[in-house]
Amino acid sequence: MSGHSGEHADPAVAFESAKLGVWTFLATEVLLFGALFTAYTVFRMKYPELFRAEHAKLDRVLGAVNTVVLITSSLMVVFGVDAIKRGKARLFEACFGATILLAAVFLCIKYLEYTAKFHHGIYPRTNLFFSIYFMLTGLHGIHVLLGMGLLSYVIILSRRGRFSASYYTPAEMSGLYWHFVDLVWIYLFPLLYLIG
Amino acid sequence: MEGVGRMEAEGNGRGYLAERGWRSWAFTLDHKRIGAMYLWTTIFFFLAGGLFAMLLRLELLSPQARYFSNHAYNVFFTLHGAMMIFLFIIPAIPSGLGNFFIPLHIGARDVAFPRLNLASYWVFAAGFLVIIGSLVAPMDTGWTFYTPYSAKSAAAVTTLSLGIFLIGMSSILTGLNFIVTIHKLRAPGMTWHRLPLFIWGMYSTSIIQVIATPVVGVTFLLLAAERILGVGFFDPAKGGDPVLFQHFFWFYSHPVVYVMILPAMGIVSEVIPVFSRKPIFGYKAIAYSSVAIALGGFLVWGHHMFTSGMSPLANTIFSLMTFFVAVPTAVKVFNWTATLYRGSITFEAPMLYALTFIFLFIVGGLTGPFLGALATNVQLHDTYFVVAHFHYTMMGGTVMGFFAGLHYWFPKMTGKMLNEKVARAAWALIFVGFNVTFFTMFIVGVRGMPRRYAEYLPKFQVENVISTIGSAVLAAGILVMCWNFLHGLRKGAPAPANPWRALSLEWRAASPPETENFHEIPHVTDWPYGYGTPKA
Repeated sequence: MSGHSGEHADPAVAFESAKLGVWTFLATEVLLFGALFTAYTVFRMKYPELFRAEHAKLDRVLGAVNTVVLITSSLMVVFGVDAIKRGKARLFEACFGATILLAAVFLCIKYLEYTAKFHHGIYPRTNLFFSIYFMLTGLHGIHVLLGMGLLSYVIILSRRGRFSASYYTPAEMSGLYWHFVDLVWIYLFPLLYLIG
Repeated sequence: MEGVGRMEAEGNGRGYLAERGWRSWAFTLDHKRIGAMYLWTTIFFFLAGGLFAMLLRLELLSPQARYFSNHAYNVFFTLHGAMMIFLFIIPAIPSGLGNFFIPLHIGARDVAFPRLNLASYWVFAAGFLVIIGSLVAPMDTGWTFYTPYSAKSAAAVTTLSLGIFLIGMSSILTGLNFIVTIHKLRAPGMTWHRLPLFIWGMYSTSIIQVIATPVVGVTFLLLAAERILGVGFFDPAKGGDPVLFQHFFWFYSHPVVYVMILPAMGIVSEVIPVFSRKPIFGYKAIAYSSVAIALGGFLVWGHHMFTSGMSPLANTIFSLMTFFVAVPTAVKVFNWTATLYRGSITFEAPMLYALTFIFLFIVGGLTGPFLGALATNVQLHDTYFVVAHFHYTMMGGTVMGFFAGLHYWFPKMTGKMLNEKVARAAWALIFVGFNVTFFTMFIVGVRGMPRRYAEYLPKFQVENVISTIGSAVLAAGILVMCWNFLHGLRKGAPAPANPWRALSLEWRAASPPETENFHEIPHVTDWPYGYGTPKA
């Protein structure tokens, strides 16, 4: 294929490029969620009573548990990246594996919440609060799923012995993405579950 | 993303077009080939969109709907707009010429993420395939897809939303790739103030693509959710607000007109000094005005919505900001004019198109404030004046800049020279045809002819017939130009490495460039505009 390896001669440039690329991508993601947060703000100002009444129907305990689950998963990412920086591939895989496990727990809890809502006849079309709730948490849930795929891929790379103390770019970059996914939830939880 | 590199060893000196077979294109990681694929694709959609425009002009020959039903007319102007905007004018210069020339301009072997670059082409291809699929129930909403109509229309809005979402994703990935490329892969000595102005234009464009596009992506997701899940963000019956859709839509779609125009301005900034044999005047002013336009462009979207019922305060602020954003644009025009002053000007085809850009863009630019001012906007809103203004800036501006770039870089991209006489003849047809077509629209617009109707009052017929005749001349010119491209591609004389005696780095590579662009990465010691000096 035209003799292009698609890789850079200088590993330092490759690392810096990847880092800038991921941060730029995260800027895009902020704007992606930003539009929905704007809609949230607009409708919250317009219908404060609706938001006050409807938000009480969300399960704060499950929301809080999920917050702890996701923050812990981010902590695992930090441990994992720290491990691979010291060249400990097995520890890295264990940490990222724990992250994926916690992400699965998060999605299971989300599933329980969703089905409970459907059971009570609450759907995205029910009212504007739940339109926003389902759109925001749904988009976030898709990001969690994508993140699980990404982290699994990075673990496979590691199993193949691709990482070392001197090269671990995909591990660190996927970690950055995961922190972003976590961060979005840290905004979603108070905005949707807590503020009355 | 892996750190192991093999690039240095591979300069085999073969032109990038040497390899044959569809696999060598479909799986290429070469930015030049990917750029060429974008060019072919976007030019195809330019011609397709143009065909719909010709159908519109045909119908407008008579005041009553004669050839097509009202619905067919609505479909035609929707497809004309949607194709031209999403499948031609947004990707053509950035993804086509940008892909090809950014690495060559900055002295790099490729973009920062070649695989991502290929992926973004195929995401784009998936997007336009989905959009073509949506033609089973074609859109009749206009290219702006305003709710509530688009939420209720029987057309395949959901499918089309997905297609545009994919196109947007491709646009984001390309912009991201370019930002990183320009930051990290500049050749030694290529400081920010030695960058060609095309790069400054592309950099500003990429920022807009990365920041604005996700918003329209979500907007189309919400539109789809409105139709599938029954969410009510834009539905007044459910407490939603159709104007919110307009805000979201224009938050992207206004900045995106700068995605369209900034790269074209970059091309003009390259071409003018080469064919005036003079250093560009006001380099830093042109460079920073690109960034200023990109950032200021985010603050004016409301001027598309003056009659939507926004608060008078918001209207006033958006109007004021609109006047401010005209300033950096004017800065560029003054600097180009100053570059021309006392230059040794020659009128090869690229220069003709670049000068046409300046002339037509001034007309388009100066008719902007009439729309940006609140009082006149109410009179001119949704009339043909808007259509004329838009086409003077976008077709007279961006498309002329695109044509300038195609003629300027044709020898570099293909290794062949174009027939200059045919190129000038095509230019003359395009120039005359364009002005006859669109200037009449200013006149009928001021006199109150609304846009987007198949029928109109008989008193506007003379102007409409003139406009349709003009559009036929314009189409003829474009066909001659396309013939010239194809002829040059097959039978053109071999091009030397630097036919225009230009100083920017792409002309140091062979024509066509070899796969690795440069034998050795150049060391840059000067800016690329030192014309009229002993060196050039």
